[in-house]
Amino acid sequence: MITLTHYLVLSAILFTLGVVGVLIRRNAIIIFMCIELMLNAVNLSFVAFAHYLNSMQGQMFVFFIMTVAAAEAAVGLAIIVAVFRNKETVNIDDINIMKW
Amino acid sequence: MEAYLFYIVAAITVVTGVYLIFEKNPVFGALYLIQTMVSIAVLYILLEAQFVAAVQIIVYAGAIMVLFLFVIMLLNLDIKEEAKNALPFQRIPAILMGIALFAVICIVIKAKLLQGKHDQYTTAYVNTVGNTKLIGNLLFTEYLLPFEITSILLFAAAIGAIMLAKRKL
Repeated sequence: MITLTHYLVLSAILFTLGVVGVLIRRNAIIIFMCIELMLNAVNLSFVAFAHYLNSMQGQMFVFFIMTVAAAEAAVGLAIIVAVFRNKETVNIDDINIMKW
Repeated sequence: MEAYLFYIVAAITVVTGVYLIFEKNPVFGALYLIQTMVSIAVLYILLEAQFVAAVQIIVYAGAIMVLFLFVIMLLNLDIKEEAKNALPFQRIPAILMGIALFAVICIVIKAKLLQGKHDQYTTAYVNTVGNTKLIGNLLFTEYLLPFEITSILLFAAAIGAIMLAKRKL
């Protein structure tokens, strides 16, 4: 029998993978994909809670999170393209003019 | 049956997630992420959220990941670029911190701090009305204001993306 805990642990694993990916990778696009992975992990726990608590609120929130993710992907990728046009790289170690 | 399906799909999800964060080539990374999202859609179907599963495939695996692949194609990236990592010592602590974060989340889950009260939408009730119809009803009654604000958000995002794509920033 699959319980809520199974889904929450899976969601935690996926979220942790996303966090580790953001920390260890240097390619801005892959970092962005890891952020999408974290959003997906949270969506999974929302839907799991909605199912096990007989509620619809979780599913409704997933829609709004997906909207925010779509908007974020559009703007974020536009920023990455703009940065690449100016600096010819998407390696975040080279994009450090706002560091100090 | 349901349990086996859960374990198989969960294993695929985690393995493709691990491949994503260690993959050198961004195109393969994007393909692994697409597989992760399709597996999560299967989990949504197991959780009886059919409409969310369809939207997951259409919006995430369809629209967002195609956008990613399109940008990877536009940028024409050098795979060797990641070799000149300025912070190689960050790798091990990052993985250890990840394990610590996972432990903390597991403690919270195990302590059963995440409790909520049961609502009226049982599986039997949802199946009589229909998942999609119920979501549509809620979207245009209880969640009308967030729904309308969403349109403003998407409008702002579209304008922002167009502004950033201009030749002279």
